[in-house]
Amino acid sequence: MADKVLMKGNEAIAEAAIKAGCRHYFGYPITPQTEVAAYMAKRMPKIGGTFLQAESEIAAINMVYGVASAGLRVMTSSSSPGISLKGEGISYLAGADLPALVVNVQRGGPGLGGIQPSQSDYFQSTRGGGHGDYHMIVLAPSSVQEMAEMTVKGFELADKYRMTAMVLADGTMGQMMEPVDLNFEVAPAPEKPWATTGTEMKRKHNIVNSLSLVPEELEKLNIARFERYELVKRNETMYEEYMMDDADIAIAAFGIAARVSKNAVNEARKRGIKAGLIRPITLWPFPDAPFKKAATHVKQFISVELNMGQMIEDVRLASECKVPVTLCNRVGGMIPSPEQVLDAIVKASK
Amino acid sequence: MVVYDKPHALLDVPLHYCPGCLHGVVHKLVAEVIDELGIEGKTIGIAPVGCSVMAYDYFACDMIEAAHGRAPAVATGVKRADPSKVVFTYQGDGDLASIGMAETVHAAARNENITVIFINNAIYGMTGGQMAPTSLVGQVTQTSPYGRDPKLCGYPIRVCELLSELEGPEYLERVTVNSIPHIRAAKTAIKKAFTNQIEGNGFSLIEVVSSCPTNWGMTPQNALKWIEEKMLPYYPLGVYKDRSNGEVKK
Repeated sequence: MADKVLMKGNEAIAEAAIKAGCRHYFGYPITPQTEVAAYMAKRMPKIGGTFLQAESEIAAINMVYGVASAGLRVMTSSSSPGISLKGEGISYLAGADLPALVVNVQRGGPGLGGIQPSQSDYFQSTRGGGHGDYHMIVLAPSSVQEMAEMTVKGFELADKYRMTAMVLADGTMGQMMEPVDLNFEVAPAPEKPWATTGTEMKRKHNIVNSLSLVPEELEKLNIARFERYELVKRNETMYEEYMMDDADIAIAAFGIAARVSKNAVNEARKRGIKAGLIRPITLWPFPDAPFKKAATHVKQFISVELNMGQMIEDVRLASECKVPVTLCNRVGGMIPSPEQVLDAIVKASK
Repeated sequence: MVVYDKPHALLDVPLHYCPGCLHGVVHKLVAEVIDELGIEGKTIGIAPVGCSVMAYDYFACDMIEAAHGRAPAVATGVKRADPSKVVFTYQGDGDLASIGMAETVHAAARNENITVIFINNAIYGMTGGQMAPTSLVGQVTQTSPYGRDPKLCGYPIRVCELLSELEGPEYLERVTVNSIPHIRAAKTAIKKAFTNQIEGNGFSLIEVVSSCPTNWGMTPQNALKWIEEKMLPYYPLGVYKDRSNGEVKK
Protein backbone atom coordinates (compact mmCIF):
# COMPACT_ATOMS: atom_id res chain seq x y z
CA MET A 1 0.00 0.00 0.00
CA ALA A 2 1.27 3.44 -0.93
CA ASP A 3 2.19 5.91 1.77
CA LYS A 4 -0.85 7.80 2.97
CA VAL A 5 -0.99 10.92 5.06
CA LEU A 6 -3.88 12.18 7.14
CA MET A 7 -4.80 15.61 5.86
CA LYS A 8 -7.57 18.17 5.81
CA GLY A 9 -9.16 18.68 2.40
CA ASN A 10 -7.87 22.23 2.21
CA GLU A 11 -4.32 21.10 2.99
CA ALA A 12 -4.57 18.31 0.43
CA ILE A 13 -5.41 20.89 -2.21
CA ALA A 14 -2.39 22.99 -1.27
CA GLU A 15 0.07 20.10 -1.22
CA ALA A 16 -1.31 18.67 -4.47
CA ALA A 17 -0.88 22.08 -6.13
CA ILE A 18 2.76 22.11 -5.10
CA LYS A 19 3.17 18.58 -6.44
CA ALA A 20 1.61 19.81 -9.71
CA GLY A 21 4.37 22.39 -10.03
CA CYS A 22 2.45 25.42 -8.80
CA ARG A 23 4.91 27.87 -7.22
CA HIS A 24 2.68 30.94 -7.06
CA TYR A 25 -0.32 31.30 -4.78
CA PHE A 26 -2.31 34.48 -4.13
CA GLY A 27 -5.19 34.62 -1.69
CA TYR A 28 -7.24 36.65 0.72
CA PRO A 29 -8.50 35.31 4.06
CA ILE A 30 -12.00 33.82 4.09
CA THR A 31 -13.59 30.93 5.96
CA PRO A 32 -13.81 27.96 5.31
CA GLN A 33 -10.79 27.81 2.97
CA THR A 34 -8.22 29.49 5.21
CA GLU A 35 -6.04 26.39 5.56
CA VAL A 36 -5.12 26.53 1.88
CA ALA A 37 -3.48 29.93 2.36
CA ALA A 38 -1.98 28.99 5.70
CA TYR A 39 -0.41 25.87 4.19
CA MET A 40 0.95 27.82 1.23
CA ALA A 41 2.33 30.53 3.51
CA LYS A 42 4.36 27.87 5.31
CA ARG A 43 5.46 25.81 2.32
CA MET A 44 6.09 28.25 -0.53
CA PRO A 45 9.05 30.13 1.02
CA LYS A 46 10.76 26.76 1.68
CA ILE A 47 10.60 25.69 -1.97
CA GLY A 48 11.43 28.97 -3.69
CA GLY A 49 7.78 29.73 -4.41
CA THR A 50 5.63 32.79 -3.86
CA PHE A 51 2.88 33.09 -1.30
CA LEU A 52 1.31 36.51 -1.23
CA GLN A 53 -1.67 37.64 0.79
CA ALA A 54 -3.31 40.12 -1.55
CA GLU A 55 -5.21 43.24 -0.50
CA SER A 56 -8.44 41.77 -1.84
CA GLU A 57 -9.81 38.84 -3.82
CA ILE A 58 -9.83 41.17 -6.82
CA ALA A 59 -6.12 41.84 -6.49
CA ALA A 60 -5.41 38.14 -5.89
CA ILE A 61 -7.09 36.99 -9.11
CA ASN A 62 -5.29 39.72 -11.04
CA MET A 63 -1.97 38.58 -9.61
CA VAL A 64 -2.96 35.14 -10.88
CA TYR A 65 -3.61 36.78 -14.26
CA GLY A 66 -0.07 38.18 -14.21
CA VAL A 67 1.63 34.86 -13.41
CA ALA A 68 -0.58 33.03 -15.93
CA SER A 69 0.48 35.59 -18.55
CA ALA A 70 4.08 34.73 -17.71
CA GLY A 71 3.27 31.09 -18.49
CA LEU A 72 3.57 29.52 -15.03
CA ARG A 73 1.16 27.32 -13.09
CA VAL A 74 -0.67 29.53 -10.62
CA MET A 75 -3.67 29.35 -8.32
CA THR A 76 -5.90 31.17 -5.91
CA SER A 77 -8.51 29.87 -3.51
CA SER A 78 -11.47 31.43 -1.79
CA SER A 79 -15.00 30.79 -0.63
CA SER A 80 -18.29 31.91 -2.14
CA PRO A 81 -18.37 35.69 -1.42
CA GLY A 82 -14.72 35.90 -2.41
CA ILE A 83 -15.37 34.02 -5.64
CA SER A 84 -17.95 36.65 -6.60
CA LEU A 85 -15.18 39.25 -6.31
CA LYS A 86 -12.88 37.11 -8.42
CA GLY A 87 -15.58 36.89 -11.09
CA GLU A 88 -14.23 39.90 -12.93
CA GLY A 89 -10.73 38.46 -13.10
CA ILE A 90 -11.99 35.01 -14.10
CA SER A 91 -13.85 36.58 -17.02
CA TYR A 92 -10.64 38.34 -18.10
CA LEU A 93 -8.71 35.06 -17.78
CA ALA A 94 -11.29 33.50 -20.09
CA GLY A 95 -11.13 36.43 -22.51
CA ALA A 96 -7.35 36.25 -22.66
CA ASP A 97 -7.36 32.41 -22.83
CA LEU A 98 -5.10 32.07 -19.80
CA PRO A 99 -4.77 28.85 -17.79
CA ALA A 100 -5.22 29.07 -14.03
CA LEU A 101 -6.67 27.13 -11.11
CA VAL A 102 -9.32 28.60 -8.82
CA VAL A 103 -10.57 26.74 -5.76
CA ASN A 104 -13.98 27.52 -4.27
CA VAL A 105 -14.64 25.98 -0.87
CA GLN A 106 -18.30 26.92 -0.85
CA ARG A 107 -20.29 28.33 2.06
CA GLY A 108 -23.92 29.29 2.36
CA GLY A 109 -25.18 32.47 0.71
CA PRO A 110 -26.32 34.79 -0.75
CA GLY A 111 -24.51 37.86 0.53
CA LEU A 112 -22.31 37.17 3.49
CA GLY A 113 -24.46 34.10 4.17
CA GLY A 114 -22.83 31.75 6.64
CA ILE A 115 -19.62 29.77 6.98
CA GLN A 116 -21.09 26.27 6.84
CA PRO A 117 -20.98 24.03 3.75
CA SER A 118 -23.10 24.71 0.72
CA GLN A 119 -23.35 23.92 -2.98
CA SER A 120 -25.16 27.10 -3.87
CA ASP A 121 -22.48 28.34 -6.29
CA TYR A 122 -23.37 25.62 -8.81
CA PHE A 123 -25.01 28.08 -11.21
CA GLN A 124 -22.22 30.63 -10.76
CA SER A 125 -19.45 28.17 -11.51
CA THR A 126 -21.04 26.07 -14.25
CA ARG A 127 -22.31 29.09 -16.18
CA GLY A 128 -19.03 30.98 -15.97
CA GLY A 129 -19.67 33.35 -13.07
CA GLY A 130 -18.47 36.59 -14.62
CA HIS A 131 -19.63 38.57 -17.63
CA GLY A 132 -19.46 37.31 -21.19
CA ASP A 133 -19.75 33.95 -22.95
CA TYR A 134 -17.34 31.54 -21.33
CA HIS A 135 -16.98 28.44 -19.21
CA MET A 136 -14.61 27.11 -16.63
CA ILE A 137 -13.80 23.44 -16.27
CA VAL A 138 -15.52 22.67 -12.95
CA LEU A 139 -14.30 19.70 -10.92
CA ALA A 140 -16.31 18.44 -7.95
CA PRO A 141 -14.36 16.25 -5.51
CA SER A 142 -16.19 14.09 -2.97
CA SER A 143 -13.27 12.97 -0.81
CA VAL A 144 -10.01 14.41 0.45
CA GLN A 145 -8.19 12.12 -1.97
CA GLU A 146 -10.18 13.64 -4.80
CA MET A 147 -9.49 17.16 -3.52
CA ALA A 148 -5.84 16.40 -4.23
CA GLU A 149 -6.43 14.58 -7.52
CA MET A 150 -8.83 17.21 -8.88
CA THR A 151 -6.30 19.92 -8.07
CA VAL A 152 -3.65 18.20 -10.17
CA LYS A 153 -6.19 17.44 -12.90
CA GLY A 154 -7.28 21.07 -12.80
CA PHE A 155 -3.78 22.35 -13.55
CA GLU A 156 -3.36 19.83 -16.35
CA LEU A 157 -6.69 20.65 -18.00
CA ALA A 158 -6.19 24.39 -17.57
CA ASP A 159 -2.89 24.17 -19.44
CA LYS A 160 -4.22 21.78 -22.07
CA TYR A 161 -7.20 23.95 -23.01
CA ARG A 162 -5.96 27.41 -21.90
CA MET A 163 -8.90 27.75 -19.52
CA THR A 164 -9.57 28.40 -15.89
CA ALA A 165 -10.24 25.19 -14.02
CA MET A 166 -12.19 25.40 -10.79
CA VAL A 167 -12.18 22.89 -7.97
CA LEU A 168 -15.67 23.32 -6.55
CA ALA A 169 -15.58 21.96 -3.03
CA ASP A 170 -17.56 22.91 0.06
CA GLY A 171 -16.90 23.57 3.71
CA THR A 172 -17.17 19.87 4.60
CA MET A 173 -14.67 18.81 1.95
CA GLY A 174 -12.29 21.57 3.03
CA GLN A 175 -12.45 20.80 6.74
CA MET A 176 -12.71 16.99 6.90
CA MET A 177 -9.62 14.84 7.40
CA GLU A 178 -8.95 11.61 5.51
CA PRO A 179 -5.89 9.60 4.52
CA VAL A 180 -4.49 10.80 1.21
CA ASP A 181 -2.06 9.22 -1.23
CA LEU A 182 -0.14 12.08 -2.80
CA ASN A 183 2.09 9.95 -5.02
CA PHE A 184 0.55 10.70 -8.37
CA GLU A 185 1.90 11.33 -11.82
CA VAL A 186 1.76 14.92 -12.98
CA ALA A 187 1.79 15.87 -16.65
CA PRO A 188 4.42 18.57 -17.19
CA ALA A 189 3.16 21.96 -18.34
CA PRO A 190 3.16 22.28 -22.14
CA GLU A 191 5.22 24.88 -24.02
CA LYS A 192 3.57 28.29 -23.90
CA PRO A 193 4.91 30.28 -26.85
CA TRP A 194 2.18 32.90 -26.29
CA ALA A 195 3.42 33.84 -22.79
CA THR A 196 4.69 37.34 -22.05
CA THR A 197 8.16 36.41 -20.83
CA GLY A 198 10.07 39.14 -22.68
CA THR A 199 10.95 39.07 -26.38
CA GLU A 200 14.70 38.63 -25.73
CA MET A 201 14.80 40.62 -29.02
CA LYS A 202 14.26 37.31 -30.80
CA ARG A 203 10.57 37.46 -31.68
CA LYS A 204 7.67 39.85 -32.26
CA HIS A 205 6.09 40.98 -29.01
CA ASN A 206 3.47 38.78 -27.39
CA ILE A 207 0.24 40.41 -26.25
CA VAL A 208 -2.07 39.00 -23.58
CA ASN A 209 -5.39 40.70 -24.09
CA SER A 210 -9.15 40.32 -23.95
CA LEU A 211 -10.04 43.50 -25.87
CA SER A 212 -11.28 43.17 -29.43
CA LEU A 213 -13.16 46.18 -30.74
CA VAL A 214 -14.02 44.86 -34.19
CA PRO A 215 -17.26 42.86 -33.83
CA GLU A 216 -16.45 40.49 -36.70
CA GLU A 217 -13.18 39.57 -34.97
CA LEU A 218 -14.67 39.28 -31.48
CA GLU A 219 -17.36 37.00 -32.88
CA LYS A 220 -14.69 34.75 -34.39
CA LEU A 221 -12.77 34.64 -31.09
CA ASN A 222 -15.93 33.61 -29.22
CA ILE A 223 -16.77 30.91 -31.74
CA ALA A 224 -13.21 29.55 -31.69
CA ARG A 225 -13.32 29.43 -27.89
CA PHE A 226 -16.53 27.44 -27.95
CA GLU A 227 -15.06 25.03 -30.49
CA ARG A 228 -12.35 24.40 -27.90
CA TYR A 229 -15.07 23.90 -25.28
CA GLU A 230 -16.59 21.20 -27.51
CA LEU A 231 -13.27 19.33 -27.32
CA VAL A 232 -13.38 19.61 -23.53
CA LYS A 233 -16.90 18.18 -23.52
CA ARG A 234 -15.86 15.30 -25.75
CA ASN A 235 -12.60 14.44 -23.99
CA GLU A 236 -12.87 15.43 -20.36
CA THR A 237 -16.37 14.77 -19.06
CA MET A 238 -16.15 12.68 -15.89
CA TYR A 239 -18.75 10.94 -13.74
CA GLU A 240 -19.26 7.94 -11.52
CA GLU A 241 -22.19 5.54 -11.76
CA TYR A 242 -23.08 3.50 -8.69
CA MET A 243 -25.57 0.62 -8.94
CA MET A 244 -27.16 2.18 -11.98
CA ASP A 245 -27.39 -0.93 -14.22
CA ASP A 246 -30.79 -2.06 -12.93
CA ALA A 247 -31.82 1.09 -11.08
CA ASP A 248 -35.46 2.21 -10.88
CA ILE A 249 -34.64 5.36 -8.91
CA ALA A 250 -31.55 7.42 -9.73
CA ILE A 251 -29.97 9.91 -7.39
CA ALA A 252 -28.04 12.78 -8.94
CA ALA A 253 -25.54 14.25 -6.52
CA PHE A 254 -22.00 15.62 -6.40
CA GLY A 255 -19.46 16.34 -3.69
CA ILE A 256 -20.59 15.80 -0.11
CA ALA A 257 -24.18 15.21 -1.28
CA ALA A 258 -22.99 12.19 -3.28
CA ARG A 259 -21.34 10.67 -0.22
CA VAL A 260 -24.51 11.03 1.80
CA SER A 261 -26.54 9.67 -1.11
CA LYS A 262 -24.37 6.58 -1.50
CA ASN A 263 -25.26 5.56 2.05
CA ALA A 264 -28.93 6.08 1.26
CA VAL A 265 -28.65 3.99 -1.93
CA ASN A 266 -27.03 1.15 0.03
CA GLU A 267 -29.80 1.28 2.63
CA ALA A 268 -32.49 1.35 -0.07
CA ARG A 269 -30.95 -1.71 -1.74
CA LYS A 270 -31.09 -3.55 1.60
CA ARG A 271 -34.81 -2.82 1.59
CA GLY A 272 -35.17 -4.16 -1.91
CA ILE A 273 -35.49 -0.81 -3.66
CA LYS A 274 -33.40 -0.63 -6.81
CA ALA A 275 -31.75 2.74 -6.24
CA GLY A 276 -28.60 3.99 -7.95
CA LEU A 277 -26.43 7.07 -8.06
CA ILE A 278 -24.99 9.19 -10.85
CA ARG A 279 -22.24 11.43 -9.53
CA PRO A 280 -21.05 14.14 -11.91
CA ILE A 281 -17.33 14.72 -11.30
CA THR A 282 -17.08 17.44 -13.92
CA LEU A 283 -19.99 19.83 -13.36
CA TRP A 284 -18.95 21.63 -16.51
CA PRO A 285 -18.86 19.88 -18.85
CA PHE A 286 -21.94 18.22 -17.37
CA PRO A 287 -22.17 14.46 -18.01
CA ASP A 288 -25.33 14.31 -20.12
CA ALA A 289 -24.78 10.72 -21.33
CA PRO A 290 -25.45 8.74 -18.13
CA PHE A 291 -28.62 10.72 -17.47
CA LYS A 292 -29.88 10.24 -21.01
CA LYS A 293 -29.21 6.52 -20.72
CA ALA A 294 -30.79 6.25 -17.26
CA ALA A 295 -33.90 8.08 -18.44
CA THR A 296 -34.75 4.97 -20.49
CA HIS A 297 -35.09 2.74 -17.41
CA VAL A 298 -35.54 4.76 -14.21
CA LYS A 299 -38.92 6.07 -13.17
CA GLN A 300 -37.57 9.08 -11.30
CA PHE A 301 -34.42 11.14 -10.75
CA ILE A 302 -33.83 12.70 -7.35
CA SER A 303 -31.37 15.58 -7.35
CA VAL A 304 -29.74 15.80 -3.92
CA GLU A 305 -28.18 19.20 -3.40
CA LEU A 306 -27.05 21.66 -0.74
CA ASN A 307 -28.95 24.51 -2.41
CA MET A 308 -32.48 25.41 -3.50
CA GLY A 309 -32.20 23.27 -6.63
CA GLN A 310 -29.55 24.23 -9.15
CA MET A 311 -28.06 21.07 -10.68
CA ILE A 312 -31.63 19.78 -11.00
CA GLU A 313 -31.96 21.98 -14.10
CA ASP A 314 -29.04 20.20 -15.77
CA VAL A 315 -30.48 16.82 -14.79
CA ARG A 316 -33.77 17.78 -16.47
CA LEU A 317 -31.95 19.00 -19.57
CA ALA A 318 -29.70 15.93 -19.77
CA SER A 319 -32.61 13.51 -19.28
CA GLU A 320 -34.75 15.61 -21.63
CA CYS A 321 -37.52 15.59 -18.99
CA LYS A 322 -38.44 12.02 -19.95
CA VAL A 323 -39.10 11.08 -16.33
CA PRO A 324 -39.86 13.26 -13.29
CA VAL A 325 -36.92 14.92 -11.52
CA THR A 326 -37.47 15.83 -7.88
CA LEU A 327 -35.36 17.72 -5.39
CA CYS A 328 -34.07 16.54 -2.02
CA ASN A 329 -32.15 19.35 -0.39
CA ARG A 330 -30.97 21.29 2.63
CA VAL A 331 -29.62 24.82 2.47
CA GLY A 332 -27.97 27.57 4.49
CA GLY A 333 -25.13 25.37 5.67
CA MET A 334 -27.27 22.31 6.45
CA ILE A 335 -26.48 18.91 4.94
CA PRO A 336 -29.14 16.34 3.96
CA SER A 337 -28.94 13.23 6.16
CA PRO A 338 -28.86 9.70 4.64
CA GLU A 339 -32.31 9.20 6.25
CA GLN A 340 -33.71 12.22 4.41
CA VAL A 341 -32.38 10.92 1.09
CA LEU A 342 -33.65 7.41 1.90
CA ASP A 343 -37.11 8.81 2.63
CA ALA A 344 -37.08 10.51 -0.77
CA ILE A 345 -36.08 7.23 -2.42
CA VAL A 346 -38.79 5.27 -0.59
CA LYS A 347 -41.38 7.87 -1.54
CA ALA A 348 -40.30 7.73 -5.18
CA SER A 349 -40.48 3.93 -5.22
CA LYS A 350 -44.16 3.86 -4.23
CA MET B 1 24.47 62.14 -39.31
CA VAL B 2 21.39 60.92 -37.49
CA VAL B 3 19.94 63.82 -35.50
CA TYR B 4 16.79 62.04 -34.37
CA ASP B 5 15.58 58.46 -34.58
CA LYS B 6 12.32 56.91 -33.38
CA PRO B 7 12.92 54.71 -30.36
CA HIS B 8 13.07 51.00 -31.21
CA ALA B 9 10.82 50.14 -28.25
CA LEU B 10 7.97 52.12 -29.84
CA LEU B 11 6.54 50.34 -32.86
CA ASP B 12 6.22 52.29 -36.09
CA VAL B 13 2.43 52.20 -36.15
CA PRO B 14 -0.19 54.96 -36.18
CA LEU B 15 -1.32 55.90 -32.65
CA HIS B 16 -5.04 56.43 -32.13
CA TYR B 17 -4.67 59.42 -29.80
CA CYS B 18 -6.45 62.74 -30.44
CA PRO B 19 -4.57 65.70 -31.89
CA GLY B 20 -2.70 67.49 -29.11
CA CYS B 21 -2.87 64.53 -26.72
CA LEU B 22 0.32 64.02 -24.73
CA HIS B 23 0.15 60.22 -24.47
CA GLY B 24 2.34 60.06 -27.59
CA VAL B 25 5.00 62.16 -25.88
CA VAL B 26 5.00 60.01 -22.74
CA HIS B 27 4.99 56.78 -24.78
CA LYS B 28 8.06 58.07 -26.59
CA LEU B 29 9.83 58.96 -23.34
CA VAL B 30 9.16 55.49 -21.91
CA ALA B 31 10.37 53.86 -25.15
CA GLU B 32 13.53 56.01 -25.24
CA VAL B 33 14.32 55.01 -21.66
CA ILE B 34 13.77 51.32 -22.51
CA ASP B 35 16.15 51.73 -25.46
CA GLU B 36 18.79 53.58 -23.48
CA LEU B 37 18.76 50.99 -20.70
CA GLY B 38 18.82 48.16 -23.27
CA ILE B 39 15.94 46.32 -21.58
CA GLU B 40 13.34 45.91 -24.35
CA GLY B 41 13.87 42.14 -24.57
CA LYS B 42 13.18 41.60 -20.89
CA THR B 43 10.49 44.21 -20.33
CA ILE B 44 6.79 43.46 -19.92
CA GLY B 45 4.38 46.38 -20.00
CA ILE B 46 0.87 46.42 -18.55
CA ALA B 47 -1.72 48.56 -20.33
CA PRO B 48 -4.72 49.97 -18.43
CA VAL B 49 -8.34 50.54 -19.32
CA GLY B 50 -8.73 54.08 -20.56
CA CYS B 51 -7.35 56.08 -23.47
CA SER B 52 -4.05 54.18 -23.41
CA VAL B 53 -5.78 50.78 -23.42
CA MET B 54 -4.22 50.00 -26.78
CA ALA B 55 -0.69 50.79 -25.63
CA TYR B 56 -0.13 47.05 -26.09
CA ASP B 57 -0.11 47.66 -29.84
CA TYR B 58 2.44 50.47 -29.58
CA PHE B 59 5.26 49.18 -27.40
CA ALA B 60 7.62 46.63 -28.95
CA CYS B 61 8.14 44.73 -25.69
CA ASP B 62 5.76 42.01 -24.48
CA MET B 63 2.49 43.56 -23.34
CA ILE B 64 -0.49 42.60 -21.18
CA GLU B 65 -3.88 44.28 -21.11
CA ALA B 66 -5.21 44.43 -17.55
CA ALA B 67 -8.73 44.88 -16.21
CA HIS B 68 -9.64 48.44 -15.18
CA GLY B 69 -7.45 49.52 -12.27
CA ARG B 70 -5.81 46.14 -11.77
CA ALA B 71 -2.50 46.77 -13.54
CA PRO B 72 -0.42 46.94 -10.32
CA ALA B 73 -1.80 43.54 -9.24
CA VAL B 74 -1.12 42.04 -12.68
CA ALA B 75 2.37 43.58 -12.61
CA THR B 76 2.90 42.02 -9.18
CA GLY B 77 2.12 38.60 -10.66
CA VAL B 78 4.42 39.09 -13.64
CA LYS B 79 7.27 40.37 -11.48
CA ARG B 80 6.89 37.57 -8.93
CA ALA B 81 6.85 35.04 -11.77
CA ASP B 82 10.32 36.19 -12.82
CA PRO B 83 11.99 38.97 -10.81
CA SER B 84 14.73 39.32 -13.45
CA LYS B 85 12.20 40.88 -15.82
CA VAL B 86 11.43 44.61 -15.95
CA VAL B 87 7.73 45.30 -15.43
CA PHE B 88 5.95 48.60 -15.86
CA THR B 89 2.34 49.74 -15.78
CA TYR B 90 0.98 52.68 -17.73
CA GLN B 91 -2.24 54.01 -16.18
CA GLY B 92 -4.55 56.99 -16.27
CA ASP B 93 -6.18 58.80 -13.35
CA GLY B 94 -9.49 56.94 -13.43
CA ASP B 95 -7.71 53.61 -13.66
CA LEU B 96 -5.06 54.26 -11.02
CA ALA B 97 -6.65 56.70 -8.57
CA SER B 98 -10.31 55.68 -8.67
CA ILE B 99 -11.16 52.06 -9.42
CA GLY B 100 -7.59 50.87 -8.89
CA MET B 101 -6.68 52.87 -5.80
CA ALA B 102 -6.47 49.80 -3.57
CA GLU B 103 -4.15 48.01 -5.98
CA THR B 104 -2.02 51.17 -6.28
CA VAL B 105 -1.72 51.78 -2.55
CA HIS B 106 -0.93 48.16 -1.72
CA ALA B 107 1.64 47.71 -4.50
CA ALA B 108 3.33 50.86 -3.12
CA ALA B 109 3.03 49.66 0.47
CA ARG B 110 4.66 46.33 -0.49
CA ASN B 111 7.37 48.30 -2.28
CA GLU B 112 6.68 45.97 -5.19
CA ASN B 113 9.69 46.22 -7.48
CA ILE B 114 7.81 47.68 -10.45
CA THR B 115 7.59 50.97 -12.31
CA VAL B 116 4.30 52.85 -12.57
CA ILE B 117 3.75 55.58 -15.16
CA PHE B 118 0.66 57.51 -14.05
CA ILE B 119 -0.96 59.94 -16.47
CA ASN B 120 -3.03 62.55 -14.62
CA ASN B 121 -5.09 64.67 -16.99
CA ALA B 122 -7.97 65.24 -14.57
CA ILE B 123 -10.61 63.56 -16.73
CA TYR B 124 -11.86 60.24 -18.12
CA GLY B 125 -10.89 60.57 -21.77
CA MET B 126 -11.86 57.23 -23.32
CA THR B 127 -15.49 57.34 -22.23
CA GLY B 128 -15.95 60.93 -23.30
CA GLY B 129 -14.93 63.28 -20.53
CA GLN B 130 -16.36 62.34 -17.16
CA MET B 131 -15.19 63.64 -13.79
CA ALA B 132 -12.03 61.92 -12.55
CA PRO B 133 -10.78 61.55 -8.97
CA THR B 134 -8.22 64.17 -9.98
CA SER B 135 -10.64 66.63 -11.65
CA LEU B 136 -10.13 70.10 -10.16
CA VAL B 137 -12.70 71.86 -8.01
CA GLY B 138 -15.03 73.71 -10.35
CA GLN B 139 -13.89 71.71 -13.39
CA VAL B 140 -16.73 71.18 -15.85
CA THR B 141 -17.02 67.63 -17.15
CA GLN B 142 -19.81 65.49 -18.57
CA THR B 143 -20.66 64.23 -15.07
CA SER B 144 -19.96 67.51 -13.27
CA PRO B 145 -21.76 69.81 -15.75
CA TYR B 146 -22.00 72.63 -13.21
CA GLY B 147 -18.38 72.26 -12.18
CA ARG B 148 -16.94 69.86 -9.58
CA ASP B 149 -18.65 70.73 -6.33
CA PRO B 150 -16.65 69.57 -3.30
CA LYS B 151 -19.86 69.45 -1.24
CA LEU B 152 -21.17 66.76 -3.58
CA CYS B 153 -18.06 64.88 -4.61
CA GLY B 154 -15.17 65.97 -2.48
CA TYR B 155 -11.75 67.12 -3.51
CA PRO B 156 -9.29 65.90 -6.11
CA ILE B 157 -6.77 63.32 -4.91
CA ARG B 158 -3.07 64.10 -4.93
CA VAL B 159 -1.61 60.65 -5.51
CA CYS B 160 2.08 61.39 -4.91
CA GLU B 161 1.34 63.16 -1.63
CA LEU B 162 -0.98 60.34 -0.52
CA LEU B 163 1.54 57.59 -1.29
CA SER B 164 4.41 59.55 0.25
CA GLU B 165 2.88 58.86 3.67
CA LEU B 166 3.56 55.16 3.17
CA GLU B 167 6.77 53.61 4.42
CA GLY B 168 6.91 51.33 1.38
CA PRO B 169 7.52 53.11 -1.89
CA GLU B 170 11.03 53.83 -3.12
CA TYR B 171 10.42 56.77 -5.40
CA LEU B 172 7.55 59.16 -6.14
CA GLU B 173 7.85 62.12 -8.46
CA ARG B 174 5.40 64.40 -10.22
CA VAL B 175 6.40 65.79 -13.60
CA THR B 176 4.63 67.33 -16.58
CA VAL B 177 5.19 67.40 -20.32
CA ASN B 178 3.75 70.77 -21.35
CA SER B 179 7.10 72.28 -22.44
CA ILE B 180 10.47 71.13 -23.73
CA PRO B 181 12.27 71.61 -20.37
CA HIS B 182 9.47 69.78 -18.59
CA ILE B 183 9.62 66.93 -21.13
CA ARG B 184 13.37 66.60 -20.52
CA ALA B 185 12.84 66.52 -16.76
CA ALA B 186 10.06 63.96 -17.17
CA LYS B 187 12.38 61.67 -19.09
CA THR B 188 15.01 61.88 -16.35
CA ALA B 189 12.35 60.91 -13.79
CA ILE B 190 11.07 58.00 -15.90
CA LYS B 191 14.62 56.75 -16.36
CA LYS B 192 15.17 56.88 -12.62
CA ALA B 193 11.97 54.90 -12.09
CA PHE B 194 13.19 52.13 -14.40
CA THR B 195 16.73 52.23 -13.03
CA ASN B 196 15.36 51.85 -9.51
CA GLN B 197 13.64 48.64 -10.56
CA ILE B 198 16.71 47.25 -12.30
CA GLU B 199 18.73 47.94 -9.15
CA GLY B 200 16.09 46.17 -7.07
CA ASN B 201 15.11 49.26 -5.07
CA GLY B 202 11.36 48.79 -5.33
CA PHE B 203 8.23 50.70 -6.24
CA SER B 204 8.63 53.85 -8.31
CA LEU B 205 5.72 55.95 -9.52
CA ILE B 206 6.02 58.88 -11.89
CA GLU B 207 2.91 61.03 -12.06
CA VAL B 208 2.77 62.90 -15.34
CA VAL B 209 0.45 65.91 -15.28
CA SER B 210 -1.05 65.83 -18.73
CA SER B 211 -3.81 67.32 -20.85
CA CYS B 212 -6.95 66.31 -22.72
CA PRO B 213 -7.69 69.01 -25.30
CA THR B 214 -10.66 67.05 -26.68
CA ASN B 215 -12.54 66.63 -23.42
CA TRP B 216 -11.29 69.83 -21.84
CA GLY B 217 -12.74 71.56 -24.92
CA MET B 218 -9.57 73.51 -25.68
CA THR B 219 -7.01 73.88 -28.40
CA PRO B 220 -3.82 71.90 -27.68
CA GLN B 221 -1.95 75.16 -27.00
CA ASN B 222 -4.55 76.36 -24.51
CA ALA B 223 -4.52 72.95 -22.86
CA LEU B 224 -0.77 73.26 -22.27
CA LYS B 225 -1.41 76.68 -20.73
CA TRP B 226 -4.22 75.25 -18.57
CA ILE B 227 -1.76 72.70 -17.18
CA GLU B 228 0.53 75.54 -16.15
CA GLU B 229 -2.17 77.82 -14.75
CA LYS B 230 -4.71 75.42 -13.20
CA MET B 231 -3.18 71.98 -12.76
CA LEU B 232 0.31 72.74 -11.45
CA PRO B 233 -0.82 75.00 -8.59
CA TYR B 234 -2.91 72.09 -7.24
CA TYR B 235 -0.46 69.40 -8.35
CA PRO B 236 3.01 70.86 -7.64
CA LEU B 237 5.89 69.24 -9.48
CA GLY B 238 8.72 67.61 -7.60
CA VAL B 239 10.07 64.52 -5.84
CA TYR B 240 7.68 63.37 -3.12
CA LYS B 241 9.66 60.44 -1.89
CA ASP B 242 13.14 59.15 -2.57
CA ARG B 243 14.28 56.51 -0.14
CA SER B 244 17.81 56.60 -1.58
CA ASN B 245 18.32 59.94 0.15
CA GLY B 246 15.53 59.80 2.70
CA GLU B 247 13.68 62.64 1.00
CA VAL B 248 10.02 63.10 1.82
CA LYS B 249 8.45 66.34 0.61
CA LYS B 250 6.17 68.00 3.12
